[in-house]
Amino acid sequence: MTPVETLRSLEDLKRLQATLAAAHDPSQPCITVSNGTCCQAYGSKRVISAFETELAGRDLAEQVKLKTTGCHGFCAIEPIVIVEPAGILYQKVKDKDVSEIVEKTVQQGQIVERLLHVDPATGERVTYEKDVPFYRKQQRILFEQARSIDPTRIEDYIELGGYRSLGRALFSMQPEEVIDTIKRSGLRGRGGAGFPTGRKWESCRRAAGEPKYVICNADEGDPGAYMDRGLLEGNPHSILEGMIIAAYGIGSHEGYVYIRHEYPLAVHHLSLALEQARAYGLLGQGILGSGFDFDVAIRRGGGAFVCGESSALMRSLEGDVGEPQAKYVRSVERGLWEKPSNLNNVETWANVPLIIDKGWEWYANIGTAGSKGTKIFSLVGKVNNTGLVEVPMGITLREIIFDIGGGIPEGKKFKAVQTGGPSGGCIPESLLDLPVDFDELTKVGSMMGSGGMIVMDECICMVDVARYFLNFLREESCGKCTPCREGIARSLEVLNRICNGEGRPDDITLLEELGELLKGFSLCALGRTAANPVLSTIRYFRDEYEAHIHDHRCPAGVCKALITYSIDPEKCTGCTACARQCPQKAITGEKKAAHTIDQSLCIKCGVCLDTCKFDAVLVV
Amino acid sequence: MGQSEPALELEELGMEMVTVESVVGRHRRDPSAIIAILQDLQEEMNYLPEGTLRYVAERLDIPVSKVYSLATFYRAFSLEPRGRHLIHVCTGTACHVRGAVKVLDTLERELGIHAGETDEQMEFTLETVNCLGACALGPVLVVDGEYHGEMNPAKASRLLKRMHRTRSDGEGEA
Repeated sequence: MTPVETLRSLEDLKRLQATLAAAHDPSQPCITVSNGTCCQAYGSKRVISAFETELAGRDLAEQVKLKTTGCHGFCAIEPIVIVEPAGILYQKVKDKDVSEIVEKTVQQGQIVERLLHVDPATGERVTYEKDVPFYRKQQRILFEQARSIDPTRIEDYIELGGYRSLGRALFSMQPEEVIDTIKRSGLRGRGGAGFPTGRKWESCRRAAGEPKYVICNADEGDPGAYMDRGLLEGNPHSILEGMIIAAYGIGSHEGYVYIRHEYPLAVHHLSLALEQARAYGLLGQGILGSGFDFDVAIRRGGGAFVCGESSALMRSLEGDVGEPQAKYVRSVERGLWEKPSNLNNVETWANVPLIIDKGWEWYANIGTAGSKGTKIFSLVGKVNNTGLVEVPMGITLREIIFDIGGGIPEGKKFKAVQTGGPSGGCIPESLLDLPVDFDELTKVGSMMGSGGMIVMDECICMVDVARYFLNFLREESCGKCTPCREGIARSLEVLNRICNGEGRPDDITLLEELGELLKGFSLCALGRTAANPVLSTIRYFRDEYEAHIHDHRCPAGVCKALITYSIDPEKCTGCTACARQCPQKAITGEKKAAHTIDQSLCIKCGVCLDTCKFDAVLVV
Repeated sequence: MGQSEPALELEELGMEMVTVESVVGRHRRDPSAIIAILQDLQEEMNYLPEGTLRYVAERLDIPVSKVYSLATFYRAFSLEPRGRHLIHVCTGTACHVRGAVKVLDTLERELGIHAGETDEQMEFTLETVNCLGACALGPVLVVDGEYHGEMNPAKASRLLKRMHRTRSDGEGEA
């Protein structure tokens, strides 16, 4: 990076912000390309280099700005290209589309119709980003900046007012005042448990012992959840600024970010953010010329889910195996290296600068009585508009899944939505009008968790889903306490036999009993909540369990032992595509005549089902 | 490219020692950085050989049993050599509900190995990962760091065939 001038006062920061803002001409044409991990998987890097070549070739590199950002949240239509100043949005852009965009839109001011977003609900084309229905019911306060920030440039963040809150905290607020502001805002921890953030900070500040540690939990382990990846990749400085503000409030000088090694791009962006913040004097000794010192180190996780649990995470930071500890000693009093430690989740940290900047009253006005602010959900699975959605607390599940998510693909029927990761549960259609907040989700047997929201359609077997989570948890249980280690393994045994068609009449009762054992006697939250996926599916989808046990039938057509594949002779055109793909050579038939499957050879791999273009493969 | 053939043990340990020295030095021989040290070593050496673990324990002055316990507790570490190509199948919930199991079954069948194993030719290592956070793309495969989204058994099988072809082409040229 280019050498920068260290900011030695609040005035220096204000001057830099003013200079950056003045240099920015909002009328200058600018092409923004989203470039998060999933955008890259869809080829955004090739799109960016195509734009570079195209702009240079047309001698436009000076006049037209090219900007790469993190994820814009609407992952189903990535890579997204925004053409400013008009704010035109193009979806699923490929490198071959680039020259047309530059020629038609940038040079001639025309729209490339075929690249416009089509709303799956109405079939209408949308020209401008601001009109995209996916964003309409959202309130993107945490993600707002990520659409216009290059996360590898701290200057982009500062230009938009970044580190202003830190300046305010350091120079015009007492540490207690910072904590009080967070307390009054009503912010609760976004990692899952929803503990009031300000109260946690206060306990840590008051705890005896030095040094104190501020830790960011970026070990986003819930499968199906990637909110934190989105924030870390798209706006790493907002998280860092939150941590520095808390450190000032708590009286800490040393921080850690514990981040998943499965997120290489997030690690990279965060490392750059730390380097750049240090170079500007926003991190390290005497931040912004104040007497306050604070620095942060990154530690990568080793791929253990249980390390998302606070005490396990701290053991891992110490260089030990990530085994949780009993909670009679709180980590705000004795955490990392037995010292007072304050741990918050990525999304919690990102809220902090906003609250300091706009005031706790503003924040407390968003959301419900007990859950303030917005919540980011990763809306995934069988839903049209897959992506990261940020909504005010209290919005209903129906609004999220149908208004924002655009409903279920291929005209299939909604069956359930799973929230809260392996600790959460499945919520059925009858509860879709439930307002989403910490307390409401818990009441129906699920939980907010970190924000995964996996939509399931009629083709998903709920017994298999329960088995999936228990299998996950069996692998991830650290094994330290017996109720969790054995309770999960035995529950999984029962679920396996139900899915294999060997279920016994009293298996449902047995699962419920094992669930009570897990809930009552496990050491940490992993075990205490492990039965939620099982108990919630029994509660709302008992008939499916019964069909497996009593009728040896999997109604959704998923459990291999209970299904057979066959070919509908009416629909089969005899195209031979399935027969050529079948790894078992189990499909035979003449060209242009209906095919048949030899059941003695069929291994139910599903290749024929995916291959057939005529919906002729039946699963019963 | 090219996996080194099993060489003389002493010689290999010599190489290992140089690598361990440089990685441990980078982390200032800090025993609390042990996980980061093992991560860096695995990146350089492809896996964590026994000799390396023993030498790390010696250099950090901690028991070998502790190093072994860490290397087996964390999923990211491998104590076995891995193949030239690393295939990760994401088995996160979003991928699961979109058919990740069928994709994994296909790869296991066609490679003749189970998840967590390496084929005899040391060509492919197949592993599952809990969630890559690329849920919109599900089911996702990552082959040598490159993401492949919206997989199904047929596509996964084609991807393998393509890789086999590239390999035999490469051998033909050499």
